[in-house]
Amino acid sequence: MPIQVLMPALSPTMEKGNLAKWLKKEGETIKSGDVIAEIETDKATMEVEATDEGTLGKILIPEGTADVAVNTPIATILADGESAADLAKAPAAPAPSVAREVAESRSPVGEGKPMISAPKAAAAPPAVAEPDPEVPAGTEMVTQTIREALRDAMAEEMRRDADVFVMGEEVAEYQGAYKVTQGLLQEFGAKRVIDTPITEHGFAGIGVGAAMTGLKPIVEFMTFNFAMQAIDQIINSAAKTLYMSGGQMGCSIVFRGPNGAAARVAAQHSQDYSSWYSNVPGLKVVAPFSAADYKGLLKAAIRDPNPVIFLENEVLYGHTGEVPKLDDFVIPIGKARIVRSGSHVTIISWSNGMTYALKAADELAKDGIEAEVIDLRTLRPMDTETIVNSVKKTGRAVTVEEGWAQSGVGAEIAARIMENAFDYLDAPVARVSGKDVPMPYAANLEKLALPSAAEVVEAAKAVCYR
Amino acid sequence: MAAPKKAAASTPQDKTDGGSPPEFTREQELKALRDMLLIRRFEEKAGQLYGMGAIGGFCHLYIGQEAVVVGMQMALKQGDQVITGYRDHGHMLATGMEANGVMAELTGRRGGYSKGKGGSMHMFSKEKHFYGGHGIVGAQVSLGTGLAFANHYRGNDNVSVTYFGDGAANQGQVYESFNMAELWKLPVIYVIENNRYAMGTSVSRASAQQDFSKRGASFNIPGMQVDGMDVRAVKAAGEEAATWCRAGKGPFILEMQTYRYRGHSMSDPAKYRTREEVEKVRHDQDPIEQVRNRLLAAKVTEADLKAIDAEVRDIVNASADFAQHDPEPDAAELWTDIYR
Repeated sequence: MPIQVLMPALSPTMEKGNLAKWLKKEGETIKSGDVIAEIETDKATMEVEATDEGTLGKILIPEGTADVAVNTPIATILADGESAADLAKAPAAPAPSVAREVAESRSPVGEGKPMISAPKAAAAPPAVAEPDPEVPAGTEMVTQTIREALRDAMAEEMRRDADVFVMGEEVAEYQGAYKVTQGLLQEFGAKRVIDTPITEHGFAGIGVGAAMTGLKPIVEFMTFNFAMQAIDQIINSAAKTLYMSGGQMGCSIVFRGPNGAAARVAAQHSQDYSSWYSNVPGLKVVAPFSAADYKGLLKAAIRDPNPVIFLENEVLYGHTGEVPKLDDFVIPIGKARIVRSGSHVTIISWSNGMTYALKAADELAKDGIEAEVIDLRTLRPMDTETIVNSVKKTGRAVTVEEGWAQSGVGAEIAARIMENAFDYLDAPVARVSGKDVPMPYAANLEKLALPSAAEVVEAAKAVCYR
Repeated sequence: MAAPKKAAASTPQDKTDGGSPPEFTREQELKALRDMLLIRRFEEKAGQLYGMGAIGGFCHLYIGQEAVVVGMQMALKQGDQVITGYRDHGHMLATGMEANGVMAELTGRRGGYSKGKGGSMHMFSKEKHFYGGHGIVGAQVSLGTGLAFANHYRGNDNVSVTYFGDGAANQGQVYESFNMAELWKLPVIYVIENNRYAMGTSVSRASAQQDFSKRGASFNIPGMQVDGMDVRAVKAAGEEAATWCRAGKGPFILEMQTYRYRGHSMSDPAKYRTREEVEKVRHDQDPIEQVRNRLLAAKVTEADLKAIDAEVRDIVNASADFAQHDPEPDAAELWTDIYR
């Protein structure tokens, strides 16, 4: 049967165009790829190439015709052995239905599910968080720095799984820019503890590529400020590939390193990226405060089959805490922890923000205000349930973060409280955050730019109308 | 050819110097013809479906460049990985991925390789060791170096074939990757598909060093310019590079001198080059015609060639039919495959 040549669409938005010129005449031989006509849109002139071989049978739309609708038959091509007499066999006018119509007109088959996409998509399934593991009574507690807890977490996971390796700048021979990887080279050797050149974008991509084959890299950034060089690989390659591959190919990878303000390192070394990464589906984002959480959550992050952003804090590296001495102490990602119980106001924070939150709670207690302090620990998926349950009890909430307020994690928490506990609120949610300025260098200005316990106290009192 | 010269010291290989590339056997010629034809007919059909509105978004066709992926694939062995950018349909078909699954992904259907969630630029096949399909220009170069890192880490002798274009060759992460690949002796073949235009910008307007085989010179990565329109030359170069990589000598750069007949994407009016330029390449260097003419000279009959044409057309037509009738993904798929 003769083949119809249809008016092509040159972009998804094109609906009609002008048939400017025919470059082949009726009766001429046509090979696949030959330019047969020129069409014009408001944007450009384009060539129409034949996709079939044969003879140009009949021109249906003469040149110079304006506003030809996409998919209108413009000519017929006769295949080998066909003649003009066969033209009558070509379907008359109607353009072949486009794919979408074809799909929608078919009746459901197979699994019995409707084939037509529902106009409104179902809501995202809620994240289910597991509780912390039981630490048996009498378990020996070891006092160690956060730095050591992180090192032990990596070493334990590397002993457990030969596919786990660590790469980054100065992680091996220098023993870590902040000594977090101290001793790993000696135990695991240069094959698994890999010093990279100063090349964040490149080694982040190499890590993601290795992870796509099933290896489990721990990519250390000397600070997350430098990871901005690599953020394309983190988001476009690591976070999205599982979805874009229909679940075939994902990557188990941890990006870790200090995030946020250290001390006196000024604007380019002091940014908090909590809200940036927690914006992205496909990533998990963890930002612990206590030594035990650092250890248990890093082990969970390394085992997680998804890309995990593990935000540490340089100021906290030297802080000590009690870590249970267990063979395998893993804290599930996604569960907040109530660090201090109270009934008057809920203070929600994470990472070093907890320093201000806990100090403020002590101060508030002196004034008779019992604050409930929640350490989020994981920013994505966020444990909305723990926050909402607390706010339903206290009726008041304050968020504390070192990052900027606009589009910040505090803003997200406030929105979730409004969505889930509006009727329980006795006051608007208050946010304490880093000031809306690049981090200054001068000691006094830097102090002013960061949140403080006093600001948290003030905010808590304000929401309690005290 | 002798051991590859370090690009820093070499001049671009003159393709006529040293004679023609090694002849193919009849079976190799027929396979090359069939695989290249499959890509060409598939791409023509994809262009047609795009014109009908059945394929959305961006659609970058590979027509003209078929010899590159087909020749390279003939030089590889089981387990070697392939990764490329957004002009990826040819690479997928060359690795043996099914036309049905690729076409259905283009139309956004559930039978597509990514269940309709990736589209033209984002398809993968673990089974065929095809790692995408990446829409960010140059990103696949670091990722492909990571695939090679994994081979090195595991101690196998597979190579990663990392394709990118003359445009991507100007991205910074390419050179970060070159540095680490040579530093750690990673088994990666960087195949630079120089089709002369990065979207609408010609190589001469974008590249200070237009000999891409030299782009690894400051990292001591050897490079070679290859006639990317001659599938035999591609295969020979690919074998040489693969041997180099498998021997633990590190990465190798192949600049494939090729040409795309169609626009950058479907909505490219291609005003940056003349029709005569396109026609000349098509007429003088077409990779498929080259093989067809050699086969005819070797007394393969027109009828034999027509049989191959017919087989390929059947596959392509069936894929177009499947891709238009396969249902769209279930609405519940919106929320799957975000985490595992």
